[in-house]
Amino acid sequence: MTAAVSIRDLDIELGFGASRRLILDGVALDVPQGACFGLVGESGSGKSTVLRCIALLLRGWSGDIDINGRPVRDIPRAEYCRQVQMVFQDPYGSLHPRQSVATALFEPLRTHKLDRHQERAEAALADVGLPGDFLYRYPHELSGGQRQRVAIARALILDPSILLLDEPTSALDVSVQAEVLNLLSDLRTKRGLTYLLVSHDLAVIDHLCDQFAVMQHGRLLEVLPREAIANLQVTNDYSRSLIQASLDYDRAI
Amino acid sequence: MTVSSNALPAAKASLRRTFRDEAGRMLRRLLSNPATAFGLCVIVILVLAAIFAPLLMTHNPLAQNLSNILKAPSAENWFGTDELGRDVYSRLIAGTRITLTIIGLVSIIVAPIGLVIGTTAGYFGGWYDTAMMRITDIFLSFPGLILSLAFVAALGPNLNNAIIAIALTSWPPIARLARAETLILRSADYISAAHLLGASPLRILVKSIVPMCLPSVLIRVTLSMATVILTAAGLGFLGLGAQPPTPEWGAMIATGRNYMLESWWLVTFPGAAILLVSLSFNLVGDGLRDVLDPKNR
Repeated sequence: MTAAVSIRDLDIELGFGASRRLILDGVALDVPQGACFGLVGESGSGKSTVLRCIALLLRGWSGDIDINGRPVRDIPRAEYCRQVQMVFQDPYGSLHPRQSVATALFEPLRTHKLDRHQERAEAALADVGLPGDFLYRYPHELSGGQRQRVAIARALILDPSILLLDEPTSALDVSVQAEVLNLLSDLRTKRGLTYLLVSHDLAVIDHLCDQFAVMQHGRLLEVLPREAIANLQVTNDYSRSLIQASLDYDRAI
Repeated sequence: MTVSSNALPAAKASLRRTFRDEAGRMLRRLLSNPATAFGLCVIVILVLAAIFAPLLMTHNPLAQNLSNILKAPSAENWFGTDELGRDVYSRLIAGTRITLTIIGLVSIIVAPIGLVIGTTAGYFGGWYDTAMMRITDIFLSFPGLILSLAFVAALGPNLNNAIIAIALTSWPPIARLARAETLILRSADYISAAHLLGASPLRILVKSIVPMCLPSVLIRVTLSMATVILTAAGLGFLGLGAQPPTPEWGAMIATGRNYMLESWWLVTFPGAAILLVSLSFNLVGDGLRDVLDPKNR
């Protein structure tokens, strides 16, 4: 079976002139179909950049990114949108402040010329546990958790098979974080989605992911199974200290 | 969790209600500032005067009466008569229509041009942005009145050309503003999300970026109305705008200037009208900024 997402030798340089830097250096990973793959690392290690490269929000990269066995740059735009979607970190920035939930959900349906807008939008809201009359609300009338649910509904409305999650819970309250994580995990089992999840919170990775990769300074250090968090079966020193630090932190709380 | 289908029309109605509430709240906030309320009153009076001009005029603004020239304000001629015996009050009222035409046409031309150039330059960036912004720089580097003078001199002096000339000189600040706003918005997550959901650049510009730029553009257009009125009057005064016998305020001052020392009313009333109207647009623009600009909330 081909991997849902397969990345080889992904390099990207960002910035101009003297401040130009290599942000990603030879990243390679495989996400099997239906799996949840985590990416961890400290701030600035390039986790989110990997997602932005896959989502084609950054274009200057070199290397290979294959989606379901096809090079991502060869997939027609409309088809790509229906395979890969993304949920952003900040639910306050990812919804247009002047668009109602209905507009946010109808827009992709209109651009992809799909029918039964009302029905599909209500179904998408029901899937993320929101009542249908939320369609007529504006983002400023929603809480952070509700906004993130709307953002997930919007990402799922085109029925993609791969969801890129860029720290989907880190901007949320701890109690709401658990709700959104459970929602994501339910949606994955129900729809057979593939997740590529970026997080700096190992508890989130432990809760959702089957395996995860540790990143530092734009390099992917190693790919570990979930169990590695509990029993610390890690070869790389940096990953060990990262996991150890996270465990110590949890204990301290 | 689903909602019965008859609850949805109710939700839609409540959405409309919030819109009306929002508009009402905005108007109340505008009126709660005395300066803005004053400005709004003057503009409303200006518009009403233009609509009901035929009813308000006591004389034909173009009718000459050579036996009744340069008369001081009286019960018969409220603001006096000019050097050809025309009633200054009636000419002033007739002038409101010209002023409103200039303001209306200029904003209809300027706001879309500024928005289109600014948002596309900001969104697409690269050489297109550079080219557009250098053109904008060229327009900005000349004082508005001088550039309008050059355009009118080239196109020929009349009111329509004056409007075109003023429009050509007042879009660059709006384009700059729209570009600056677009540069901030371009990196927002909701724009990335729209892009990722398959929206074309045009769709993103029209549906996501322009609505966010509109309030500041509206404020800027209102504020620049004051300059537009002054430039129009200036062109009229220099004989390059409205031509005699059109009762344009600037042109009225220009002819009245010759008799200014003995007949003060010829310059005073049109001058006061220009002052009042441009001041009002400034005050309303300031008020709008207080209400619409999210940074001031």
